[in-house]
Amino acid sequence: MQTDIAIIGAGPAGLGAAAELGRIGAGHVTVIEREQVPGGVPRHCGHSPFGMREFHRIMGGKTYAARLTAAAEAGGATIMCNTTVTALADGPELQLTGPEGTFTLSARAVLIATGTREASRVQRMIGGQKPGGVIPTGALQGLVHLNKQVPFRRPVILGTELVSFSALLTCRQAGIKPVAMIEQGPHVIARSPAALLPRVLGVPIHLNTNIAAIHGRERVTGVTLTGAQGGRELECDGVLLTGAFRSEAALLAASGGVIDTASTGPVVDSFGRISMPGYFAAGNLLRPVETAGASWAEGKRAAHAIHAFLRDELPDRSLNQTLTIASDTIRYALPQHIAPSGPGRHQQILLRVTRPVKGELRLSQNGQIISRRRVNAMPERRITLDLPEQPGTGAFVLSLEEAA
Amino acid sequence: MAGYDVAIVGAGIVGCALARRFAIDGARVVLLEKAHDVLDGASKGNSAILHTGFDAPANSLELDCIKAGYAEYVEIHRRMNLPLDRCGALVLAWNDEQVAALPGLMAQARENGVEDIQPMDRASLLRAEPQLAHRVRAGFRVPREALIDPWSAAHAYLYQAVQHGAELRCRAALTAADRLGERWRLDTTAGAVEAGLVINAAGLWGDHVERILTGESWFQIRPRKGQFVVYDKPAAALARHILLPVPSKITKGVVVCRTVFGNLIVGPTAEEQDSREVASLDSQTMRDLQKTGETILPALAGHEVTAAYAGLRPATEEKGYRIRADLSRGLVTVGGIRSTGLSAALGIARHVADLVGLRAGEAQHWPHMPMLAQEAQRDFLQPGNGGIACHCELVTRREIEAAMSAPAPANSLAGLKRRTRVTMGRCQGFGCTAELSRMTEGRFTQPMTRGDPDAD
Ligand SMILES: Cc1cc2nc3c(=O)[nH]c(=O)nc-3n(C[C@H](O)[C@H](O)[C@H](O)COP(=O)(O)OP(=O)(O)OC[C@H]3O[C@@H](n4cnc5c(N)ncnc54)[C@H](O)[C@@H]3O)c2cc1C
Ligand SMILES: Cc1cc2nc3c(=O)[nH]c(=O)nc-3n(C[C@H](O)[C@H](O)[C@H](O)COP(=O)(O)OP(=O)(O)OC[C@H]3O[C@@H](n4cnc5c(N)ncnc54)[C@H](O)[C@@H]3O)c2cc1C
Repeated sequence: MQTDIAIIGAGPAGLGAAAELGRIGAGHVTVIEREQVPGGVPRHCGHSPFGMREFHRIMGGKTYAARLTAAAEAGGATIMCNTTVTALADGPELQLTGPEGTFTLSARAVLIATGTREASRVQRMIGGQKPGGVIPTGALQGLVHLNKQVPFRRPVILGTELVSFSALLTCRQAGIKPVAMIEQGPHVIARSPAALLPRVLGVPIHLNTNIAAIHGRERVTGVTLTGAQGGRELECDGVLLTGAFRSEAALLAASGGVIDTASTGPVVDSFGRISMPGYFAAGNLLRPVETAGASWAEGKRAAHAIHAFLRDELPDRSLNQTLTIASDTIRYALPQHIAPSGPGRHQQILLRVTRPVKGELRLSQNGQIISRRRVNAMPERRITLDLPEQPGTGAFVLSLEEAA
Repeated sequence: MAGYDVAIVGAGIVGCALARRFAIDGARVVLLEKAHDVLDGASKGNSAILHTGFDAPANSLELDCIKAGYAEYVEIHRRMNLPLDRCGALVLAWNDEQVAALPGLMAQARENGVEDIQPMDRASLLRAEPQLAHRVRAGFRVPREALIDPWSAAHAYLYQAVQHGAELRCRAALTAADRLGERWRLDTTAGAVEAGLVINAAGLWGDHVERILTGESWFQIRPRKGQFVVYDKPAAALARHILLPVPSKITKGVVVCRTVFGNLIVGPTAEEQDSREVASLDSQTMRDLQKTGETILPALAGHEVTAAYAGLRPATEEKGYRIRADLSRGLVTVGGIRSTGLSAALGIARHVADLVGLRAGEAQHWPHMPMLAQEAQRDFLQPGNGGIACHCELVTRREIEAAMSAPAPANSLAGLKRRTRVTMGRCQGFGCTAELSRMTEGRFTQPMTRGDPDAD
């Protein structure tokens, strides 16, 4: 099979790109989605808010997913569901598998928008037994919103990111009463007002605390807490592992794409180009995790970069400059390679910090500061820094000077 | 009350192999298992290595059973579509003391009939395994050590037993036993059964079941825990062989090896403990295992661990297998199948059938198992597969359906995992839990969820 532009993943980023590519008439678009219905993560979310940025109104996840799908189809895109991409090859050429077995799809350009997943319990080094009832938010939302089933009734929630509170809302809708929220660090990670929610719902938050072990043979019977709540046993019938996202980049890694171990996503340049020629990346795959609206906007921007690429209008990769991080407090920053101006360029650097920090963020080139801003930052929160339109030559260095 | 020739207590790999052997040989067999599904004990968490017996105790029953088990597996695996990755093992020495131990180990291997071992120096080791830490000193290769799927093997034995008329009863724990003349009456949590011969293959509960049957036990189970960490698939490219350390007196030590599913595992530990139920993972131990892995394969440092597991070995106060037949009492005990049971199971079954004097039968039926090995022609490559439900492990809807309607269908998510690998990949259920729960609704005796939100 053949298409002009193949998009892997029908989430907000992939569908946003498809709609925009259709609107600007960049060529025929084929979106490949492994699930049976397009829409990505929002489809599993029973709650709002989605859609402000894209449709100027607030809607639930399911409605939002349907709107994105309709927009992509209106632009002429073909959406192939129940089809999984299993390998990426030069060409670009994709290996696909669906109910009828395997086949290949070649394209002039490919956008990878495969999103994220939450870290497994072992990636968080949680010990103990392996009973049923230890699940990530993604699984909970699918069970509750797609199936009307509940996996547990009195779970503990690990994490206080934005998604943790979205998990709390899902619990409430399903009549699940969490016994506590556990946060490893000294602060709740999400911004208020989300952070006020547990108080409203009467769920205690334990800060500076971690889950050391999970107990139970068939079903969870309790957990051991360490830290501020040290050595304490807490009875519960489930553990909800929220957040600690990582990029769904396994397909790329297996196909030889270069991964940034800090961001967990592919190494990209300002146009979303990855190490493999003809391949672009957008959305949560780049850096877990942002809102659906931000991912959609990135997809839309990638559409312009791809359109320019197909007309041979993107600046040559040899003009890219490397971005170096010169601070332990910066966990990751992207794009990792900065390109000169052109259609669909990321105009900002996006970064995250490792711990709460106040100070000034500085971008320098050849020893001169070319962009700066004051920050009062928390881990997991989105931080951006503007990039000059036409950077000169020489590597970029990103640093963070802490306020005394 | 149903009457049988043989009742086997315990559906671990050993019980499944026994059921197969006795059913093929013409006996009416019932297999009693206390858990929701088979392979819930020691057999759920091992290293998945088909051993040659090169390092087994010399002149032991264990060695005989391993060799016979290995040979029979090689003979039958193709007919049942079971994987066999003959990757070979390297025994590695990292210091003077270990280097000094190599000649003895090689002599023992030869004495055990594993004569095709090859001594290797540092340079040839690094040629054979380019990712190995350069401070490796010397070692030897055991070409026939192999990797298999520890669960599909046991399921294949079980399915074949069922096809030959054996009956499996899950959630049927033996609770009491009476010898009535020439026969046994066995009480289980799923009703009573009668049988002429009882085989105790209760693994971690072997001594306990022995006491139920005879009032006492001549051996004592001393569970020995082994923890493992599992690396995501890209790490598998770092090792070709099974990388074994020079063993110590108590343990074979921490192994680095691929799995046939395309992951890489590092483990097991060897930790004595009292509990036979709880196989707990410890966060510090998991970190230590990662470090150990990195000292052997430095490039592992850049790879993600996605899962971990722990198994309990049914060790006893003695090293050897505790197999004994008392035909006057209609009882065979197959106890203490410590740390080689996966390799030895078919050999143990043959040995027990011989002890009982059963004439070897010819199998009439051969189950064709779903092949889950990474390199195989997996179902997702074939037409009509229904599409993929578990994305990390590329498990199709047809494979899930098949596992739920097999001769011994999956009764729990754990059982379905072992039959198909669903949720065992890097996302650990993030993407597929909801669909699995829908597909399995009303089919499991141990359901995945607690009903609908409104019920209480
Ligand atoms: C539990 C949860 C709650 C959230 N709540 C909110 C919220 O309230 N508001 C908000 O704005 N944002 C929310 N978000 C964030 C929002 O959902 C994401 O930002 C958004 O979905 C990202 O879009 P995406 O297109 O990058 O990725 P996704 O939406 O993750 O889409 C990726 C798609 O790629 C498909 N895919 C992956 N690999 C393959 C492959 N190999 N072959 C074919 N298809 C593939 C996947 O099936 C998926 O459909 C939430 C996220 C989560 C996880
Ligand atoms: C960490 C580790 C690594 C290993 N690595 C390898 C390897 O690489 N290669 C190899 O060959 N071997 C290996 N082994 C060994 C192998 O796994 C064991 O020898 C084997 O699983 C023992 O099987 P079993 O059937 O005897 O016991 P089990 O699997 O424990 O089976 C016994 C069954 O009896 C049931 N039961 C108990 N009590 C009752 C009752 N009252 N009524 C009914 N049912 C009952 C239990 O539920 C259980 O299912 C390893 C083991 C471990 C733990």
